[in-house]
Amino acid sequence: MSPNFLHPGADAIAANGWLAAHRWLILRRASQLGILLLFMVGPWFGVWIVKGNLNYSYTLGVLPLTDPYLLAQMLVAGQSPADLAWIGAAIVVVFYLLVGGRGYCAWACPVNLLTDAAHWLRTRLGIKGGAHISRTARYWMLAMTLVVAAVTGTIAWEMVNPVSMFHRGLMFGMGLAWTVLLAVFLFDLFVMRRGWCGHLCPVGAFYGLIGRLSLLRMMLPRREACNDCMDCYAVCPEQQVIRPALKAIDGAPPVILDSACTNCGRCIDVCSKEVFRFGVAVPGVIGAAAPQPK
Amino acid sequence: MRETRPRQDAPVFRPHNMDNTAQPRGSARRQFFADAARMTCGVGLLGLGVGLYARNATALPPAALRPPGALPEPEFSAACIRCGMCVRDCPYHMLYLARPEDPMPTGTPYFVARQAPCEMCEHIPCVKACPTTALDHALTDITQARMGLAVLVDQETCLNFLGLRCDICYRVCPVLDKAITLQQQSNVRTGFHTLFIPVVHSDHCTGCGLCEKACPTEIAAIKVFPLYMAKGQLSAHYRLGWVEKEKAGGSLVAPDIERHYHTPEGLKYEYGKGLSAVPPAQEAVPPAPTSPSGAPKALQGDRL
Repeated sequence: MSPNFLHPGADAIAANGWLAAHRWLILRRASQLGILLLFMVGPWFGVWIVKGNLNYSYTLGVLPLTDPYLLAQMLVAGQSPADLAWIGAAIVVVFYLLVGGRGYCAWACPVNLLTDAAHWLRTRLGIKGGAHISRTARYWMLAMTLVVAAVTGTIAWEMVNPVSMFHRGLMFGMGLAWTVLLAVFLFDLFVMRRGWCGHLCPVGAFYGLIGRLSLLRMMLPRREACNDCMDCYAVCPEQQVIRPALKAIDGAPPVILDSACTNCGRCIDVCSKEVFRFGVAVPGVIGAAAPQPK
Repeated sequence: MRETRPRQDAPVFRPHNMDNTAQPRGSARRQFFADAARMTCGVGLLGLGVGLYARNATALPPAALRPPGALPEPEFSAACIRCGMCVRDCPYHMLYLARPEDPMPTGTPYFVARQAPCEMCEHIPCVKACPTTALDHALTDITQARMGLAVLVDQETCLNFLGLRCDICYRVCPVLDKAITLQQQSNVRTGFHTLFIPVVHSDHCTGCGLCEKACPTEIAAIKVFPLYMAKGQLSAHYRLGWVEKEKAGGSLVAPDIERHYHTPEGLKYEYGKGLSAVPPAQEAVPPAPTSPSGAPKALQGDRL
């Protein structure tokens, strides 16, 4: 069966109906837009449910949430935050330990809307090829931002970080931040497939590191039913994570263990054979589990 | 299916592999080092750019002031998490977050006094809102804030310097009659009026910017600058003679010289009092000769 990149999930739509074949995508967009809306009703309508932005926010005067990546940069730059920021970072770390580190990328980060749009357009326009950058580049980027923070004594990456620039721009005024966002969009559209979120973004890399110990993971309980339609590959923003679990490479368990998986759930949507589902995997236990008999 | 195929890297020069014999370990190691070198150079270049940009953008432009209790500048841009909580909790909406095109660290809060000054809230909500140490939570008395320092920059356009009784900066100052006082000077232009010169005192000025905002001239004659621009500093070894004299309880170097004035007959001059008539009995008293005990303190005994 040849992969259908333009319309992945056709089989699933035929089998389960359009809504069921877009369930997780719809949920995810609702989450992304809902989070934005929670932040925006303050500046728009004066209804202050959440104050601040993705770097640090304060919800209903009780819940502090801090981006632990920003906190890490602050620490290496030689400054220490106050109590609320520490508590906020702890809450965020624990949350993403539960739901999967890069769940942040798929379910919360506003730049994902932008890069998903770029990918959608890239597919429609049939743009192929482009730059080759290793997926590990983001970890180098992460290290670089921490080194630069330590050397300059400032949170230097925040000067150019498209993630916080986008979110802060929406809350506090965009200014020329749109040029940076356009650059990310065009990069993903013309230069590199899934370029920013999938290869370069140090924020995603940081949450990916949290994801190494995460509980919520993509399970493949029915991987034997796979008919190699490749639809999951077509929609997956981190394609390299699927194969080991799906094809039991080196006796891999039927769980996506790669922390780059964003837990977006789109593979569940498009699979007509219902190979995928979310499940809880205790780190270490699953990894050490006996290889599934072939 | 191009996207999912395992990526073939650009050709790598492998002299030991020309005969296509399998050398998995050596070639993997070479590949690792090649990748590492590539990443270090590529990402390192990017980091260099980001670092230099960050270094250049850490100095505040003169018109931008930080909220009350802000750390000094290099530390502030390390401690500020760029969340905008101070902006949100300011009841006067006079704080902004820097945009990428502003010449300061993106996302950090500032205000421009001429547009909207700090109203010096008693409870300092901006500081309370700060989740980090960027705004010092130890600041509980807003009059102790030092956001900057007002400087009367233009004596040529200040209305009070021109002899008018504008006094607006003096009257709007929240630290009334302490941060700005009016110092009387003779108006030499008219010859008989008084100039009321606004004088800023750094030990009371919070740098809120109300004076700059209220200054009625087209461009403010009094402006608030960040402290590093507004404030000078004496060298550490400088001593003020009159301060030291007071501390020592007497002149350390030489006694004050008794001054003699050539005055018209029957008149005497005293500093601060001016000319006055001399009572007839005093007129003929000559100046007292200097006694040994009145010798300079520095010359008494063998100690300086």
